[in-house]
Amino acid sequence: MSQTEPEVPPSLYAAREPIFPRRVSGKFRNLKWVIMAVTLGIYYLTPWIRWDRGPNLPDQAVLIDLANRRFFFFWIEIWPHEFYFIAGLLVMAGLGLFLFTSALGRVWCGYACPQTVWTDLFILVERWIEGDRNARLRLHRQEKWDLRKARLRLTKWTSWFLIGLATGGAWVFYFTDAPTLARDLVTLNAHPVAYTTMLILTMTTFFFGGFAREQICIYACPWPRIQAAMMDEDTLTVAYREWRGEPRGKLTKGDAAQTQGDCIDCMACVNVCPMGIDIRDGQQMECITCALCIDACDDVMDKIGKPRGLIDYMALTDETAERAGSQPTPIWKHVLRPRTMLYTALWSLVGVGLVVALFIRSDIEMTVAPIRNPTFVVLSDGSIRNTYDVRLLNKQGEDRPFKVTVVADQPLEVTLESVEGDTVMVPADTTFLQRVYVVAASDSGAASSERVDIRLWVEDLTNGERVYKDTIFNGRDN
Amino acid sequence: MAKQPQKSTKKPDVDTTGHSWDGIEEFNNPLPRWWLWTFYATIFWAVLYTIAYPAWPGIKAATPGLLGWSTRANVQTEIEAAEAANAQINTQLASVELTAIADDPELRGYATSAGAAVFRTWCAQCHGSGAAGVAASGYPNLLDDDWLWGGDIEAIHTTIAHGIRNEEDPDARWSQMPAFGDILASEEIDQVVNYVMSLSGTPQDASLVEAGATVYADNCASCHMDDGTGDRAQGAPNLTDAIWLYGGSHETLMQTVTYSRFGVMPSWTNRLSEAEIRAVATYVHQLGGGE
Repeated sequence: MSQTEPEVPPSLYAAREPIFPRRVSGKFRNLKWVIMAVTLGIYYLTPWIRWDRGPNLPDQAVLIDLANRRFFFFWIEIWPHEFYFIAGLLVMAGLGLFLFTSALGRVWCGYACPQTVWTDLFILVERWIEGDRNARLRLHRQEKWDLRKARLRLTKWTSWFLIGLATGGAWVFYFTDAPTLARDLVTLNAHPVAYTTMLILTMTTFFFGGFAREQICIYACPWPRIQAAMMDEDTLTVAYREWRGEPRGKLTKGDAAQTQGDCIDCMACVNVCPMGIDIRDGQQMECITCALCIDACDDVMDKIGKPRGLIDYMALTDETAERAGSQPTPIWKHVLRPRTMLYTALWSLVGVGLVVALFIRSDIEMTVAPIRNPTFVVLSDGSIRNTYDVRLLNKQGEDRPFKVTVVADQPLEVTLESVEGDTVMVPADTTFLQRVYVVAASDSGAASSERVDIRLWVEDLTNGERVYKDTIFNGRDN
Repeated sequence: MAKQPQKSTKKPDVDTTGHSWDGIEEFNNPLPRWWLWTFYATIFWAVLYTIAYPAWPGIKAATPGLLGWSTRANVQTEIEAAEAANAQINTQLASVELTAIADDPELRGYATSAGAAVFRTWCAQCHGSGAAGVAASGYPNLLDDDWLWGGDIEAIHTTIAHGIRNEEDPDARWSQMPAFGDILASEEIDQVVNYVMSLSGTPQDASLVEAGATVYADNCASCHMDDGTGDRAQGAPNLTDAIWLYGGSHETLMQTVTYSRFGVMPSWTNRLSEAEIRAVATYVHQLGGGE
């Protein structure tokens, strides 16, 4: 058996085959242009949207304020202890991905994934500068680096680099006030972290979009490997109607055309593919279902007067049905099935839960930590005092008066450290530590008992909103 | 499956180590070149490392290394950096009016935090980490509203700066209660203890209290005042409240009057900076009993 083993094992390394996608036009290409414009627009412009929150809070609509541990999203402000909102959004993103994948296959990969969008943009820039597929191929094969090749390459790389710089630059604007940071970046006064982040993202954009491209999808991304678990025979994918197209052959006139399939082997679908595959070989891991081959093929079918759809979105069940000569299932029946409805239901459930949580959450919150070193203090008149570290959260953009009261079966009194009376001004958008004293008179039941359950209430005097925390009062017998 | 003895003959150009265990032999393949060079590089690196950094142990200390690196020096640098960062606010803390510290939120916050650190380092040994003192042992509770020498920020500052009844600081707070065992008969002491206990509302034998009142007026009132409320100028405790520094039982009070007490607190002027003393005074003042 050792005779069958090759003496030299196959290399684990495969050199990249350069891909030169040809320009294509059609409805999916147009859809991709729109999605690219919208997603890039959102990404680059969002940090510049202003949102007035009053004098004490940042006026950036979307801001991840790591230094102050706040996340601002228009009218919503998320505090660190409300991280479950972020977790919920991530769960929704996950379920959304399940939903779209089970219904429409790798629609995320083909249309919305940043790797796809930026690669698409980079290819567009490449085409503007170096020309379409054939011109680029010629330039690639030209071994001599003459002035023209150098100029084209340098222009292309510079453009890519500038796009990368804009990408890295936009990213850091999400984390601090954009106009201030932009000024600091230009005057070289920004924090080194900002420059480092920009450098890393600029270089990753440059290399992933310019050179790595489909290699990221094939080798670096786990999604192509996971997707198989989420797709079934009803999932829409890009497929070649092989029973209609084969046997393929050059377009000829005469008898030969009668025995030939519709595919004229023009290679249009292969030439436009950004992943460098031949869709006619069947479903492949490399296919990101960007549908550009559909556009390319439809174009050719129009020209030779054959019906469109030799390459088309279809499900596995349609393939079987069409081979058997029956009608394919309408698209909406593929999309609307128990599995996708279940995903939609789960997705909506989490979404509704988050919205409800968002509306019922309070603008004030408190935590109470009883001081246990010592558990109580005897005052000179014999009364017993307990101390509590109370953290008051004022989530509003202005200072608010918080009134602290105690409710218990026994008569107790509340005083605040360094504050006259029972009301303390809590500064805007802060967690304020206030020491609260609860005193039981010497002859009271609470003073002589071991332990009494009490409830501390905090009320925002401006709007009457109240929150409470239960804690205990330690008496003399403790 | 048939035996395949020709397996070993597939690579005839490799020697074996010459060992044989039950017919199993071991190829004598050389190490991969890159691995070998990596190994030599690590040896070379290790030699350089021991020259640059403290490494070889000697009789008294290890070789210091050419770079002069040491963890102690690093810590010292960090401490100096922290001190430099706080230098400005420390100067401010040491120079403003004592009573103004509480009005400046930034200064107050800094003083409270810094004071808490000073307290845990220098004060917690006697007064406890929670500043509750030690009950009935002479180490006063700093959380309550009873103060021997005054509880406003200035009085607390003076007490911390100079201490109580210590020999090292001429400005230390000073007073001394006589040991009445040498002055009064033990019956008289018993009477005055009964009287003192009655001052804070504990019911006592009326005849003893009555006799004790006379003894008190003659011997104690000059410091503890006629009504027993004490005198902060002399550190004479208030005898009418519920707080007893050394305990309020008959037995401990007999002991206190007979042998006297002499609690000592060190002076901190020479050990702490003015900013540190002010910080810890601010911290103690805001613990719940400050006046």
